[in-house]
Amino acid sequence: MAGPVPATEQMPSRLNMMAPMIPFALLWLFKPLLPSWAIVPPKSCLGGCGTIEGLIPFVDWVNAGIQFLRSYEIFGLFTFRDITRSIARGIDVPLDFTEALLYKGFGAVGPMPWVMIVGLMIVFGLYLRGWRLALLGGGTFFYLSLFSLRGIWELSMKTLSAIAVSVPLAAIIGLLIGIAAAKRQRIAMVVAPMLNILQSLPHFSYLIIVAIFFGVGAKAGVIATVIFAFPPMTRLTMLGLREISSEVREAGIMAGCTRWQMLYKVEIPSARSALMLGVNQVIMQCLAMVVIASFIGQPGLGHDLLTRLQNLRLGQAFEIGVAVVLIAVTLDRFSQALVEKEPERIKDGPLWVRHPYLCAIALIIVGSIGLASLTEAAVQLPKEYTVSISSYLDAMIKFITTSLFTPLGILRDFLLVYVFMPTKATFQSMPWVAVMALIGCVGWKLGRWKLALTVMAFVFFIAASGYWVRAVITLYMVFVALCICAAIGIPLGIWAAKKDRRTKFVLGLCDTFQTFPSFIYLLPAVMLFQISDVSAIFAIVVYATIPITRYTIFGLRNVPSQIVEAALTSGCTERQMLWKVRMPMAFPEMLLGLNQTLMFALFMVMIAGFIGTVDLSQEIFRALSFNDGGKGLVIGLCVSLIGLTADRLLVEWSNQQKKRLGFAN
Amino acid sequence: MTDEKKISCRNVWKLYGDDPAGFLASHNNKPTTQAIRDGNYIPAVRDATIDVHTGEILVIMGLSGSGKSTLVRCMSKLIDPTGGEIDFDGTDLLRASKEELIEIRRHKMGMVFQNFALLPHRNVIQNIAFPLEVQGINKEEREAKAREIIELVGLEGRDKYFPRELSGGQQQRVGLARSLAAEPDVWFLDEPFSALDPLIRKEMQNEFLRLQNMLHKTIVFITHDFDEAIRLADRIAIMFEGEIVQVGTAEELITNPATDYVAEFTRDIPRAKLLSVASLMQPTKKKKAGKLSVKASDRIASVASAVLMQPDDVTVLDDAGKICGELSRDQVAAILFDTETTSAGA
Ligand SMILES: Nc1ncnc2c1ncn2[C@@H]1O[C@H](COP(=O)(O)OP(=O)(O)OP(=O)(O)O)[C@@H](O)[C@H]1O
Ligand SMILES: [Mg+2]
Repeated sequence: MAGPVPATEQMPSRLNMMAPMIPFALLWLFKPLLPSWAIVPPKSCLGGCGTIEGLIPFVDWVNAGIQFLRSYEIFGLFTFRDITRSIARGIDVPLDFTEALLYKGFGAVGPMPWVMIVGLMIVFGLYLRGWRLALLGGGTFFYLSLFSLRGIWELSMKTLSAIAVSVPLAAIIGLLIGIAAAKRQRIAMVVAPMLNILQSLPHFSYLIIVAIFFGVGAKAGVIATVIFAFPPMTRLTMLGLREISSEVREAGIMAGCTRWQMLYKVEIPSARSALMLGVNQVIMQCLAMVVIASFIGQPGLGHDLLTRLQNLRLGQAFEIGVAVVLIAVTLDRFSQALVEKEPERIKDGPLWVRHPYLCAIALIIVGSIGLASLTEAAVQLPKEYTVSISSYLDAMIKFITTSLFTPLGILRDFLLVYVFMPTKATFQSMPWVAVMALIGCVGWKLGRWKLALTVMAFVFFIAASGYWVRAVITLYMVFVALCICAAIGIPLGIWAAKKDRRTKFVLGLCDTFQTFPSFIYLLPAVMLFQISDVSAIFAIVVYATIPITRYTIFGLRNVPSQIVEAALTSGCTERQMLWKVRMPMAFPEMLLGLNQTLMFALFMVMIAGFIGTVDLSQEIFRALSFNDGGKGLVIGLCVSLIGLTADRLLVEWSNQQKKRLGFAN
Repeated sequence: MTDEKKISCRNVWKLYGDDPAGFLASHNNKPTTQAIRDGNYIPAVRDATIDVHTGEILVIMGLSGSGKSTLVRCMSKLIDPTGGEIDFDGTDLLRASKEELIEIRRHKMGMVFQNFALLPHRNVIQNIAFPLEVQGINKEEREAKAREIIELVGLEGRDKYFPRELSGGQQQRVGLARSLAAEPDVWFLDEPFSALDPLIRKEMQNEFLRLQNMLHKTIVFITHDFDEAIRLADRIAIMFEGEIVQVGTAEELITNPATDYVAEFTRDIPRAKLLSVASLMQPTKKKKAGKLSVKASDRIASVASAVLMQPDDVTVLDDAGKICGELSRDQVAAILFDTETTSAGA
C-alpha cells in the first residue's frame, strides 16, 4: 500500500463516482423538452377518475380493502370488526386493573398511595443498581406528586397504566413472533421485510388504522402502542436466539432436552440479555407512542401536553414535558439496569438475609397502607402542598422570547428567504423521472439490477400514489435538516472522540436525549420560533443530530489500534492522523449514522406537521381527522419508502466501504 | 478395557453442500476427492470406519478442520451423517426415532465442550443437575446427586456460585460434572482442556485420569495436543482432511506411521517418553544378565540415565525375569537426542 496513488488512477474513480449523476443532470437540464407527465406525475385514471389523485389509486384500493374487512362476514358468522371489538374488550380487562391500581381505586380500596410507589421505586433502584438509581426513581415520582397542582400525578398514572398494559403485550407478541422467525427460515423471510416497513412507518399511520378498527380512547391507544412497539422485541429475539453458541445448544440436546425444554430451559434464558434489551426498547417505544396516541384520545400526559401546546400555554406544557422526560429517563435507566442485572448468589441465613429486597418490599407495602389509613396525605399529596411554577415559567419564556424576538426573528426570516425557500424551489423543480433516474443509477452502481429495481420501485410507488408534490416538500425538509445535522454532529463527534472524558460526556448526552419521546422536542421549537418551517426543522435537527454524532464517535474511536500505531510511527501529526487515517476508516460508520439520522428526521418531520408544515405530514393529519385509512396508510408508506430507499443505498454503500477497508463484516 | 464394541462406525460420511445425500448415492457411496471438489462439496468426514471399545480412552487427533468434532457429533447424532452406519450400544443411531435418541442421550451419553457451554443463568448445582432436571427427577433427589458429583470433581463449597464467578478450570470442572450427572456409559469430550492455560491443563488431565480410574467410562476424547493424547490415550485415531488415516497406540503411530502425514505429525514427539525398551532392543545370545538389566516394558526415558552411565550394552528382561534382548547405549542416545535412526521395531 506504500507510495502515493498515481493521479491517472484516481481520475476514473472520480468520474465513476459522478457517473450516476449524469442522467439526472441531463434530464433536469433539458426539463423544458420533457413532456409534462415526466415532470410532475400525472393524476390520471385507473378505474374512474375524480376522487383519486394518483396515477394508481392505491388509496381507493386500501379503503376498499378496509371497507371489505369491516363488513365481510367470515364463515358468515362474524365480521372482522367483531374480532377487533373482542380484542378491544380483551384489552379492557388488564387496563381496568392497572387504572384501578394506579389512580381509580377498586371501589372501597383506593389506588396505590404515592408513598408506596416512591418507596417501591427506591427499593427496585437499590436492588437493580444502587443508590443513584434509587434516587432517580424515588425522585421522579416525588416530582410527579409535588408538581401536581394541575393534576400531573393523575395524568402520569393514566400514561403509566397504558404503558403497564402495552409493554407486556408488546413484549410477548414480539417474543412469540421472534421465536417463530428464529426457528423457521420461511417465517423469517416474511417477518424481516415486514419489520422494516413497520419500523419506518410514521406513528400516525398506525393511529389512523387503529382508529378505524378500534375507535378512539384508551384501549385504542394501547392497541396502537402495542403494534408500534413490538418490532424491536422481535428483532432482538431473533438476534438473541441466533447468537446462542452452538455448544450451549448442543449441551442442551446432549442432556436430552425435548424441543420445548430446549426453548424454555436453554434458549430463552441464554438469550436473556438480548431479550431484556428488547424489553427496554419496547418500553421506550411504548412511552413514545402513548404520548402521541393522545391524537386518538389516549388520556394522560400526552393529551394535556398537546392541548397546552396548541393553546400556547408553554409554561404548563413545560411542566408536563419535564414529567414526561423524567418518566422516560427513569423507565430507561431501570430497564437498562435490568438488562445488566446478573443473577446473584443467595446468602445463607434467616429470611431477611436471604431475601432482603422482598422483605423491604413487603415492609413498604404494609407500612404505606398503614400510613394511608392514618392520613390522607400519604394517599395523595394534599393540594396545599403541591406546587406549580408554570406562571414563573410563562414569565420567563415570555422574557426570553421578547428579548430574543428580534434576533431570532431575523434569523428565522433570513433562513426562510435565503436558505429554505431556494432549496425548496430547487427540489420542486426536479422532474420526477430525473429523481427516479438518479436513484436507479446509484442503485445500479452499488448493487446492480436487483438493488436498482428495488429502489426504483420504491420511488415509483411514491410518484404513482399522487403524493409526489408533498413528498418532495418532505424530502426538502429532511434534506435541509440532514445537512444541518451533519454540520453539527460530525464536528461534535470529532471533538468528542479526541478525549475519553468528552466521549463519555457526549455519549451520555446522546443516550439521555434519545430516551425523550420525540414529541417533546416540539416544545423548545415552538418556544423559540413560533410555528413555521424553521421551528419544524429546529425540532428535527435537535432530535436527529443524535445518531450522526454517536456513529461519528464510534467510527473514529474504533479504528484498530495497530493502524493508529503504525501511522504514529510513520510520523503522522495529529491533524494528518485525523484526516488521513481516522476519518477514512470511520467513513462507513458515519454513513450508517447518516442513515439513522435520516430515519430520525423522517419520524420527526411527520410529528412536526402538527406545528404546521405543508408536506406529507399535513396530509396525514388531515387523514387522521377524517378517519381516512387509505390515505393514512398510503402516505405512511410513502414516508416509509423514502426511508427504505435511503436505507438500502446507504447501508449497501457502507458495507462496500467496510469490505474495501477490510473490516470483517 | 475389553474388545467389546460400544460404538462402531462403518463408512460414515458427512458432506456439506447442496444435496449431499443425493451426491453420495449417485457416486455409489465412494466419491473421489476430485468428484467432491468438482461437485462443490465440503467433506467434513470421509468414509470413517472405527470402533470404540468398552472402557477404553480413544483419542481423536488432527489439525483444525480435519473433521474431529464432526465425527464425534455424528457418533452422538448431534449431526446427521450423510451416509454410513453407526451402532451405539446395540442401537442403530441413523434409524433411531427422536424419542429413542432423547432416551439414549439422557442415560447413555455425556458430553464436555471446549468452551464449557454452561448455562449462565444457573448456578453450579443447577447446572450440574440440569440433565437430571430435564429427565423430570425431583429437585431434592437431583440436587443430592449433584452434590455427590460436586465433591467428586472437587468443587465443594462452590455450589451456589454462578459460572461467571468461576475460573476457567473450575468452569470446566462443572462441565465435567454435568456430563457425569446422569451416569452415562459413554463420555464424549471435545477439546475439553484447550481453552485452559498449560498449568491448569495438566491439573485437569490428572483430574480426568483420576475420574476415569474410578468410573471406567468408554471415552472419546478430542485434542490437537499430542502430549495430551499420549498422556491419556489407550488408542489414538489420526484424522486428515476428513479421513481417519491411522488408529493405534501412541507407540504404534511413532514406530510404524501409516502415511507420511502421520510421520510428520508425530515427528516432534519426545520418543524417549513413549517408546518402550522392547521396541528398541536387539536380540541377544547372552545367557547371563550384565551389571545392569532393565525391563522390556520400561519406557526409554526412565532407564536412559542409568543406561548411558554404563560402558556396555544393557540386558533386557521380560516380565517373568528371563533375558529377552539387549539395549545399546548408542540407540538410547539417538532416541534421546532425536537423531534419525532405524529403530528395531521398524
Ligand atoms: N455447517 C457446516 N457447513 C459447512 N462446512 C462445515 C460445517 N461444519 C463444519 N464444516 C467443515 O467441516 C470441516 C471439519 O470441521 P470440524 O469442526 O469437524 O473440524 P475439527 O477437526 O473439529 O477442527 P477444530 O480443531 O478447529 O475444532 C471443516 O473444514 C469445516 O469447515
Ligand atoms: Mg472441533
